[in-house]
Amino acid sequence: MEYFLQQLINGITLGSIYGLIAIGYTMVYGIIGMINFAHGEIFMIGSFIALTAFLALAALGITFLPLVLLIILIVAMVFTALWGWSIERVAYRPLRGSFRLAPLITAIGMSIFLQNFVQVTQGARVKPLPPQVTGGITLIDQGGTVVQISYMQLIIIATTTVLMIGFSFLISRTSLGRQQRACEQDQKMASLLGVNVDRTISLTFVMGACLAAVAGLMYLLYYGVIDFYIGFLAGVKAFTAAVLGGIGSLPGAMLGGLAIGLIETFWSGYFSVEYKDVAAFSILVIVLIFMPSGLLGRPEVEKV
Amino acid sequence: MSNAALAPSTAEPLLQVRGVHTFYGKIQALRGVDVDVHAGEIVTLIGANGAGKSTLMMTICGNPRAREGRVIYAGEDITDLPTHTIMAKSIAQSPEGRRIFGRMTVLENLQMGATLQDERHFDDDLRRVFTLFPRLKERATQRGGTLSGGEQQMLAIGRALMSRPKLLLLDEPSLGLAPLIVKQIFDVIRELNRNEGLTVFLVEQNAFHALRLAHRGYVMVNGAITMSGTGRELLAREEVRSAYLEGGAH
Repeated sequence: MEYFLQQLINGITLGSIYGLIAIGYTMVYGIIGMINFAHGEIFMIGSFIALTAFLALAALGITFLPLVLLIILIVAMVFTALWGWSIERVAYRPLRGSFRLAPLITAIGMSIFLQNFVQVTQGARVKPLPPQVTGGITLIDQGGTVVQISYMQLIIIATTTVLMIGFSFLISRTSLGRQQRACEQDQKMASLLGVNVDRTISLTFVMGACLAAVAGLMYLLYYGVIDFYIGFLAGVKAFTAAVLGGIGSLPGAMLGGLAIGLIETFWSGYFSVEYKDVAAFSILVIVLIFMPSGLLGRPEVEKV
Repeated sequence: MSNAALAPSTAEPLLQVRGVHTFYGKIQALRGVDVDVHAGEIVTLIGANGAGKSTLMMTICGNPRAREGRVIYAGEDITDLPTHTIMAKSIAQSPEGRRIFGRMTVLENLQMGATLQDERHFDDDLRRVFTLFPRLKERATQRGGTLSGGEQQMLAIGRALMSRPKLLLLDEPSLGLAPLIVKQIFDVIRELNRNEGLTVFLVEQNAFHALRLAHRGYVMVNGAITMSGTGRELLAREEVRSAYLEGGAH
């Protein structure tokens, strides 16, 4: 039971990170119907920006941890958003209105380019960061079996929860969110109502990149090592999460992220670490066989 | 009804379409269209299915863009402006097929209509639309996709009115609706025009009702204007009667 609880906590932590990245996939898919394969790299760039900011702050002598984390969070979000915005501008916008496969191909190209760009500019070696947030709360301690939630895990889960609530509010209640949903359903009509569709699409990339930057920062703090290649697997997992939850659905992306995180952790905990990815992807296949549009997705055909 | 309220021909028209050619790829949809709509008028454009009526509506809004010719609104050339900028100049369109946001509630659809408006007007504008179409008020929290055809049409017009337009482009509001609902919708259009001076450019296949409602009308055939005149004149023309009114005058 204690072991189960511990795995549950670990799984939710991992799932939160996947969920944050998955939202970027699902939002972009929702609004322009394209899988942004470079999104995993956005997450990777976010973690690199966070690391750079850490080193810069350390060099400046700012060490008060809450302040440092806050500054880094903001810096990572702003700069990663800038990357997300530029990528859409350079690689996807010129291809709007072109055949469906074209932006998908540039997305893969962009992903390869970004990996290599970071490898060349930052070096191929892994970048370590000493643990910043240490300690935790011991929930259960029964003669040797300890269930602990670390402060880092608490921060990850709490931040993700707050972001999710804020984000859901933004999408469902604000004028900006409404415009986004309108573009998702009918871009032509949205523009007839005065919505600047290009701007709305740009903002979607910016939001996705912001959340990916948060995920990148969390990943850096949680695992303590990053390299230019972390975007690939995290991206594939988050994409899987988005599809599992129902691509295009925001709660679906979060649920899918949690599901993938939990499956991976429990599989590693009870069966074998080597096959955790196989387990995650197998569950995806099984779910898609029985629910082709994912857990919370809409069926493609709908009555208008 | 009387058609006495003809607009003064001396003033510059609110909307001028001059020699507009529009293409879909290689297919030419409009061949040199000229249309004037004066402030305070109801002008209708009638024509068969596929004549290019909706294309003209959309060309005015810049999507697709006119390949040749100009569209001038309130003295300003809007031909090359992006759609969202054109709509910000107090033009609104209730488009072909209504294009209600099916997964949004009626209220959200109306909020979308107010995208370009100051938030402070919202409550007043909402009340106005609910007064014109009380049915929408009953359905406010329902999803747009669950409304009947008539209700969707009311919502499409209501949504267009939320932006406080000076020029309302109405594309086939009567399509597929029961005669009673059509009458209700046309009554609202007449009322808005009379009481508030709203300028309306109305595309219709239902020529009889449209010509009775409108001050002036144009007839479009194969992407070109072939006839124009007051609603009464056109109603009296033999060509119009035989081509567009046979069996349509119910």
